[in-house]
Amino acid sequence: MKRSPKDTEASVRKITRRSLVLAGAQTAVLAALGLRMRQMQVEQADEFRLLAEENRINMRLIAPARGLIFDRNGAPVAENTQNYRIVIVREDAGDVDEVIARLRQLIIIDPEELERALREMKRRSPFVPITLTDQRSWEDIATVAVNAPALPGITPDVGLTRSYPLAEDFSHIVGYVGPVSDYDLSRIEDNDPLLQIPKFQIGKTGVENKFERDLRGKAGNKRIEVNAAGRVMRELGRDAGTPGANLQLTVDAGLQNFVEARLTLEESAAAVVMDPRNGDLLAVGSAPTFDPNAFVRGISVADYAGLTDNLYRPLANKAVQGAYPPGSTFKMVVAMAALDYGLITPNDTAYCPGFTTLGDRRFHCWKRGGHGYVDLEKSLQQSCDVYYYDLAQKVGVDKIAETARRFGLGERFDIPMSAVTSGTMPDKAWKSERYGTEWLVGDSLNASIGQGFVLASPLQMAVMTARLASGNSIVPRLVKSVDGIEAEIEGATPMGFNENHLRLVRKGMYSVTNTRRGTGFNVRIDDDRMRLAGKSGTSQVRNITAAERARGVTQNADLPWERRDHALFVAYAPYENPTHAAAVVVEHGSAGSSVAGPVARDILLYAMHGKLPPLESYPASQRGKVGQMLNSMNLRQTTGAAARDRA
Amino acid sequence: MSYLEHNVKTVPTGLSKLLRLNWALVLLLTAVACFGFLMLYSVAGGSMLPWAEPQMKRFALGMGMMLFIAMVPIWFWRNMAGLAYCASILLLLGVEFFGAVGMGAQRWIDLGFMRLQPSELSKITLVMMLAAYYDWLDIRKTSHPLWVAIPLLLIVLPTALVLTQPDLGTAILLVLGGGAVMFLAGVSWWYFAVVAGAGVGLVWAVLSSRGTDWQLIKDYQFRRIDTFLDPSTDPLGAGYHITQSKIALGSGGWTGRGFMQGTQTRLNFLPEKHTDFIFTTLAEELGFLGAISLLSLYALIILFCLASAISNKDRFGSLMTLGISVTFFLFFAVNMSMVMGLAPVVGVPLPLVSYGGSAMLVLLAAFGLVQSAHVHRPRGR
Repeated sequence: MKRSPKDTEASVRKITRRSLVLAGAQTAVLAALGLRMRQMQVEQADEFRLLAEENRINMRLIAPARGLIFDRNGAPVAENTQNYRIVIVREDAGDVDEVIARLRQLIIIDPEELERALREMKRRSPFVPITLTDQRSWEDIATVAVNAPALPGITPDVGLTRSYPLAEDFSHIVGYVGPVSDYDLSRIEDNDPLLQIPKFQIGKTGVENKFERDLRGKAGNKRIEVNAAGRVMRELGRDAGTPGANLQLTVDAGLQNFVEARLTLEESAAAVVMDPRNGDLLAVGSAPTFDPNAFVRGISVADYAGLTDNLYRPLANKAVQGAYPPGSTFKMVVAMAALDYGLITPNDTAYCPGFTTLGDRRFHCWKRGGHGYVDLEKSLQQSCDVYYYDLAQKVGVDKIAETARRFGLGERFDIPMSAVTSGTMPDKAWKSERYGTEWLVGDSLNASIGQGFVLASPLQMAVMTARLASGNSIVPRLVKSVDGIEAEIEGATPMGFNENHLRLVRKGMYSVTNTRRGTGFNVRIDDDRMRLAGKSGTSQVRNITAAERARGVTQNADLPWERRDHALFVAYAPYENPTHAAAVVVEHGSAGSSVAGPVARDILLYAMHGKLPPLESYPASQRGKVGQMLNSMNLRQTTGAAARDRA
Repeated sequence: MSYLEHNVKTVPTGLSKLLRLNWALVLLLTAVACFGFLMLYSVAGGSMLPWAEPQMKRFALGMGMMLFIAMVPIWFWRNMAGLAYCASILLLLGVEFFGAVGMGAQRWIDLGFMRLQPSELSKITLVMMLAAYYDWLDIRKTSHPLWVAIPLLLIVLPTALVLTQPDLGTAILLVLGGGAVMFLAGVSWWYFAVVAGAGVGLVWAVLSSRGTDWQLIKDYQFRRIDTFLDPSTDPLGAGYHITQSKIALGSGGWTGRGFMQGTQTRLNFLPEKHTDFIFTTLAEELGFLGAISLLSLYALIILFCLASAISNKDRFGSLMTLGISVTFFLFFAVNMSMVMGLAPVVGVPLPLVSYGGSAMLVLLAAFGLVQSAHVHRPRGR
């Protein structure tokens, strides 16, 4: 399009004129915006700042009720109780020291608690309410309320706090909650505003920790109108939030209580009871234990030191965290490996003179005199070491390890407890990677009797026993349902072993506890409906040195506690139709069959009866002593029975 | 060609184009965007994610696009104007169509790396189209009723489509932006006087009809007007946001509460704190000084566009530069008025500062056109 120079000139002039008019209008708008800013931010700044401090409409978070935890029969394991506390808002208080001094004339406040609150207050904004002291009595709250005019900025308040009615019984399973700390905040990537609430309780260990997200729920909020003095005038709206999901555990509170009480009779012990049909963990005990409620309240430095300095490690959950040499309880796995690879038949025998010679080294059987000719059943019944030294050389460690893994050894089970160990199931590759040295035949010999590098937790031993008893590759399950939705049962399918082989090994375990020559004959059950099949194990913590032998130390009783042998026992019952499998470890208990065995039997009997077993289940000769022991136990009376009534 | 008529000799080539760029404008745009990055970082609680980092990436992409568009001669873009306008109308129809056919309220088209909102695009293509129209039109016919009707139609078409979305903010920007180009092109004052008069009359009629038999709008619409005039009448509904916004903004004072120290935004009183209400955070945390600095940067951008347009003999380049600068002006003026309680709440972002891909890329592309007009402007006599 052609345009004459004259037109172009006209166009340019017009655009220039009009654009200057428009620029004038724009300048006016800009000036208006600038003036408005000045008006709001400079002239009215104080007014708006006041409004901002005492925002007319305030939003307050409402902490949702934490999800409850129940045992398998519906007995409460973790619940929320009302917690009366006293809260201070710094900017409302004015002279904080003066106000607190007045408060301390009215009620007694622990100085340590007060100091923590004051430190907290310094770090927070002046309008954040800080809890000065909590877990107060109703009288204290009433006293503060009556004297409110003299205590500006201080309000009595009621909130929910976690409590564990079964105290010590579930401390290792459920864990405990505690106020969220700066360390927690730095560790978890979570911008849930709830975590910003001072002293908000989050799960620190165990199920409370692993199911934190489900249990916590979603924050609600309320919009409240406040006047210029910050006093709440009315509530304008409320969103209640979503309470946390309730959990139901597979654990039976009554059995758990019995297990903890029975283990407490030993110095330091752990036990796991599970249902071999579906993997439900019915009890997971570790003794000594501690009161989780102390942690919720805020444990004192002295009490905490008492727990950490204790030789028997009450804070550790030995049932899943402890890794022990399984000792002779491992022999079933070695036997299964040999049978499965077709390297022996049940009637093959080995001759046991009391030792095996390998090069210039002697590997002793526990029975110095030897067992003579030993077949598979007898090898388990009398726990002959030489028979397994022989198998180790035939089968080799890699096949043993392969089979052991099918029984769950060396596997870290995914259950919601803290620091679940995977134990150690060594093979040739493992040793060369770990130590850079070659696997020796001697290592195989040690491994075949569950010594040397082999380590397993009581949980893993219980799974191994349950898999032997059922033939299925069941997986342990601790949480039965979340928010009413049943968790799935895994692995109720056959492991793929020849049923005849499994039967042979089970028969060997039966002989251990039901034949006169069996190493565990003392822990037999005298009730045909509940016959127990088991295997004892005694694993060395350290060899007795030559120097000690020279001094005459040959027995465990002569050694200091922490160097005595561990006592182990795995068992299941009833033999014909197993419903319960258990593993017991008594740390440094010296002898598997005489120390750990009775514990396993007591627990299994209680589990099968669902209550304290009648003395008739015990062999006649032991009833007197057992009766005394059972009577001396400090059991919680109500929970088990009450829960069952409710269910 | 009107352009070639002027000075074929002065057409820059190759790298010399880079030197001719309006570098001051580039710096100003970057400075405004930096305000945005700072505030997005602050609003996220001192984190590059989820907003600051994607915004920076999009800004870098947009700047690249701006430079590319600037290097292409302006007459190419003029020839593209009709095509661009038609394409944006088709896209608007497209989202309408797909929105109706069961894809929900879809207002965007997915380009893979970002979502393009055709309504954003239409603001620029409308300005381009009108500038090209007046470049073609004999200037003696500018105020002829027939030749005024055509641009009116060009404005009404996208506006109607955008209104059905419904997106009132964009519709207002389209009408005002298009009207500004018509005004600049020299359409007679009388038209504007009549439109303004009719508007005032309509508002008066509506307001005075309240409570009478011939009430022109629904009761709830009246209540919205009340809320705007006095937010405290509805402290929890629509008035809530604007009340909170004013409190936050006002409490900033001279120098603000300090970077990342804003209590009101931190306490989640504010909605859309990373998009439409981001100026509130800025004003609360950086105070009057910060807010007026941003306003000054915006004013300088408008000033540089004005200077470039006046020194440009090319009618298309000049009108388009001014049209884009007015659209840009409307963006921030409407947004700031809204958060300061001077205008009702309509969804208009703060340009180059609010979080959002479409708006940022489209604006930078538009400034690419401004740069192209600047680089290729005929100079001297």
